[in-house]
Order: sequence, then C-alpha cells, then structure tokens
Amino acid sequence: MTQAKSERLMNLVICLLVSRGYVPKSRIRQVVGGYGDQRTDAFERMFERDKEELRELGIPIESGSFDPFGDEEPGYRIRRRDFELPEISLEPDEAAVVGLAARVWQHVSLAEATSRAMLKLRAAGVETDTRALAAIEPRVAVEEPAFWPLWEAVRDRRPVTFSYRKDPPSRAGRRRLQPWSVLSWHGRWYVVGHDLVRGGPRLFRLSRIVGDVRPDGDAGSYDVPPPDEVRRAAGALAPPRQSATARVRVRQGSGYGLRRRATGCRTGGDGWDELSVPYSDAGVLAEELAGYGADVVALEPDDVRKRLVERLHGVVGEVA
Amino acid sequence: MSVSHSGAQLQVERLLSLLPYLLSHPNSRLADVAELFGVTERQLLRDLNVLWFSGLPGLAMGDYIEVDMEAVEGEGVISVSNADYLARPLRLGTDEALALIVALRTLAAMPGSYDRGAIDRAIGKLERAAGSAAERAADVRVEVDGDSVADVAATIRRALDDKRRLRLSYWVPGRDETTERDVDPMRLALADGRLYLEGWCRRAEAERLFRLDRITAIEVLDVPAAVPPQARIRDLSAGIFQPSPDDELVTLEVTPAGRWVAEYYPCESVSEVAGGGLVIKLRVSDRRWLRRMVLRLGGTGRVVDPPDLAAEVVADAHEALAAYDEPPA
Repeated sequence: MTQAKSERLMNLVICLLVSRGYVPKSRIRQVVGGYGDQRTDAFERMFERDKEELRELGIPIESGSFDPFGDEEPGYRIRRRDFELPEISLEPDEAAVVGLAARVWQHVSLAEATSRAMLKLRAAGVETDTRALAAIEPRVAVEEPAFWPLWEAVRDRRPVTFSYRKDPPSRAGRRRLQPWSVLSWHGRWYVVGHDLVRGGPRLFRLSRIVGDVRPDGDAGSYDVPPPDEVRRAAGALAPPRQSATARVRVRQGSGYGLRRRATGCRTGGDGWDELSVPYSDAGVLAEELAGYGADVVALEPDDVRKRLVERLHGVVGEVA
Repeated sequence: MSVSHSGAQLQVERLLSLLPYLLSHPNSRLADVAELFGVTERQLLRDLNVLWFSGLPGLAMGDYIEVDMEAVEGEGVISVSNADYLARPLRLGTDEALALIVALRTLAAMPGSYDRGAIDRAIGKLERAAGSAAERAADVRVEVDGDSVADVAATIRRALDDKRRLRLSYWVPGRDETTERDVDPMRLALADGRLYLEGWCRRAEAERLFRLDRITAIEVLDVPAAVPPQARIRDLSAGIFQPSPDDELVTLEVTPAGRWVAEYYPCESVSEVAGGGLVIKLRVSDRRWLRRMVLRLGGTGRVVDPPDLAAEVVADAHEALAAYDEPPA
C-alpha cells in the first residue's frame, strides 16, 4: 500500500539524515518503522529496493563505516550538505525572470522538471513571481519523441543506436552515436555527437530519426569534447558565409527580400533597379530568385543565371 | 527509456518539498497548498497523514512530526512542527537544473524578454545552488535569432511597457510587398526559435503576428495603445502557421528533392508515390504565396489541382523566362 511504503521511506530518510555516522542495516531494521516484522531475506530485498528508489529521486545515500579495520558492520548515511538545497535568495527582478523561465517549456517532462524545481525553490522560501510579464511569451516546443532518450543519453554519457533517414528516398540506416549535445534551431531539434560507425562528428535532425533511440553502451563510457569543438560540429546549422556577389535587375516596388540584403543599388530610369546581392551558393540563390518571377532578372554571374533559367524551365515542364 | 516512478516514490518526492514549504509558510490554506503542489485536497490530506506517521528513528512519544489535524479539518489551514530536520528541500536534480537553466539561457538570447543583467544573475545563483547538477545544462541549447533583431525587440518592449501604439513597416514575402501598419502591441513571443510581435493591427482590425526580422522600420507613437477587449492572443503551441479550413485546398506533386515541403509546412495530407516523391494537399490563404513557392520548386514540384492555379504558375514562369531571350526547347 502506497501510504505504508511512503511512511517507511520517509522514516528511512529521516533516520539516515539525523543519525551521527553510518547507520548499520541491523539498526535500521530495528528503528525505522515498517521494517520490523519481516523475515531477513524479505527485509534485505525490501531495503535494497527502498534505497534504490530513494537514490532515483536524487537522495544521496552513502554506504561505509568509520571502522578502518572493517570489523564494524557497514552502514548508511545521508550527509545534510549533500542532501539540502543550498541557501539561495533572489532579488525581485531575478525572481520575476525565474517565474518567466518557468513558462518556457512546452514539453511534458521538461515542464514537470521545471515545476519540481520551482516547488523546491518555493519550499526553500524563495518566492518567484509566476504571474509576471504576461506580455512576454517565451515558448520552446519539443515535438520529437527522440528528444528525451537523447537528452538522457547526453546526461549519462551513454552511447545510443537509432535508425536515421537522411535522404528520404533511401532506406533508413542504422547509426551508433556518442551524443554530445542536443540543440534547437528554428524550432527543430538536432543532436550532435561522435558517429561510431563513420568515425567523426556528425549532426542529426531528430525528426528524421525513425523508431526508438536505444541505449547502446555503458553510462559514463565517453567524454564530451570542449564546447568549441561541439559548436564547430553543429556549425552546419549556421547560415554559410556569403562570399560572392550577384548582379540582379529588380523591378521597382518589388524584390524586398533582396533589397534588404543588397550591398549596392543603382536606380534605373526604366522602372528597374540593379542590385548587388551577396550569396553563398549559386543554386540556393537561383531558387530564391525564381520566387520573384518576372520581377527579377539575373544578370551575373553566369552560373546563377543558368540555374535560374533551368529552374523556370522546370516549372513550365520543359527541359532547358 | 525513462525510469518510471512508483506511487510511493512520487509521494515521497512531493513530501520532501511539502514539509519544508509548510514549515516556512505556517497556516497556509489547504486549498492553496493543493493547487501549488498540483494535487487534489484529498491527496494532500493523504500526504499529511504520511507525515503524521513519520518521525525520528524509534518513533517514541515526541518523535513524531506534528500536524494539527483539527486545524486542517476545521479552518482548512495547515500547521506542522517538530520536523526541523527537513526544514530545507532536497537539492536540485540534473533534469530540474537543466530545465530551469536552459530556459533562462533561452530568455537571455531573446532580446526584449527581460533585463539581461537580471537573467545573468539568476543563472549564476541557480548554477551555484544546483552545483554539479547544473553541469549538463550546457549540453542542451536553444538557438534564438536574437542579435539581428535586438533593436526592434527593444522598441517593442518599450511600447509594451508604456502601453503605446507602434508604427511599423512590414515585409510580406509571399506578396513581395512592404506595407505600413499601426499596431497596438499585445505581446512579444518566441516561437520556432524566432521572435514575433503579436498585436492588434489597426488597418486589418484584427490580431496579427509580425516576425521581427521582417519589420523593416519601427517607431513608438505618442498614442496610447487601445487593444480592444475582444482581442485574443493566439495559442502558438500548434505552431506559427495555422491554416484555416476556409482556405483554398491545393494539391501538389513533388519529386524526392521536393519532399521538404511536407516537412516545412502544415499539410492536410501527404501520400507517397512511386519513385520517392509525394502528393501533398495543403490549405492556402493567398495564391501569390503558393505561386512563388512553386516557382522556387522549379522542376521538383508542380500544382496538380486546381488547374487554373497550375496555369497561373506556368504563366508566371513564361513571363520570367521572356527576359532571357531563350527559346523553349
């Protein structure tokens, strides 16, 4: 029955917290309510399970003894300084921003973790203002089911395996990864880590993971490289540097997306302007220009112009 | 994958916060505490009962935690004592430190959300309080397109704080036009890693969302904001793109290279076709937007239905091609 077990667990925590030194199992059995009337092996099993359940909650139960000769029966204790939330006090503006942070996660497990953290702070007498700043809505969504198992793997430094579909027509391939970091970019989540099969850092998009992410090794079995290296590996997400410039004719009153990043603009008398538009990849620029239809004419360089014409022919259904 | 906790485990987890809370907030109302801890009053009474039967080892007279059950049943207030050994809650766990610190760092990256100094100080205090549990918080990151829109965000924040109207120039890519609007700001929102202004557009006389990186000019007017009472903030949990069932239904066919369309936009239906392509149905409120998208797709996608829209797109492409003096093959 839950109530009886909760009482026993609470009494165990209190016993280990208040006692000086390590409390041997035999004493625990005597003084902690709920263990008394048990056969030894039943008590052993129950006690082991109880300890494990408390440790899963983050309660630091240590085993040991003060007797260097090992004659004394080993025991257990909880050191207050490892158990308690340290002193913390927040200024009103800090409390307001923590209250705001409590609204960020739109993911069940993360929202629950935030709530538990907030409750611990309230229990410690730290008031946070959860109604603050209704005018700000900072939401981060996590829709990918792979997120939580990958976060746990990152947390525990445990390798994982999963099926990944990189290029949709090809079949999903099995990957093995030592995950380093999970990150969100423009609303999509990615994991970066060391690809054990291909050997080297790789970035994966969580929405392309097919099926479950499964543990594939021991916790603590690898190290995560320094932040710079992790950031470099995730660099594929950042927009590439725009090293080239195209010359593009743009009808006046249109082409705003290009005008905003144009490095030069010559106004023409014929109702058209000539823009200098920086870009990193000719194909990507050609795709962007195509969207403007007849309001834009690519002049230079040649490969941008060619690709744009090809793309437009593609729409018409003809081979260029 | 996650360890799932037993009923007693969850209860004990709650009790380890409940007890210190009650000790530091004497005479709290049962109803308020239940709401704070997210449990029913009945469950809270069961929790208090567990505390009532807990205490110092040996559980002799005077060892038990004292709960004034009469006050609970009578006035509905809770008073506990004789439990100073649990006057402080358990330390933050790794997941808890992660959730709170990553959330704070996300706010720090969101200009206009809050005073950066306060956020940095709060992060510092929480990291110190969490100790080693906070180490992993650096392994989860939310990137926000904040820097390029910091000034715009600051202006909007000023207007929100002072309750003033904004005048802005806004670029709509789908229509390739920049228009000027007067907007009464309602809130600054972060969605999909980007910042948005949600406000009452005086021209449209309706709520509108403006992506900050598409605001080309902005100023705070010396006019008080007058957001009408019927204005509703949008539930953005379903995403920014929220097509309406009244919008036109368009059917597209895309090659494997065009599959990104289904990943990028909310679609009404997506079906596989032989060869790795897709047939996609989606709702479109403005044909101009779709025409531009299909032009960009080039040969990797085409409009299947409605046929007059397909013809419009082909005509757009012909018109654009005319500038290149290339005869069709």
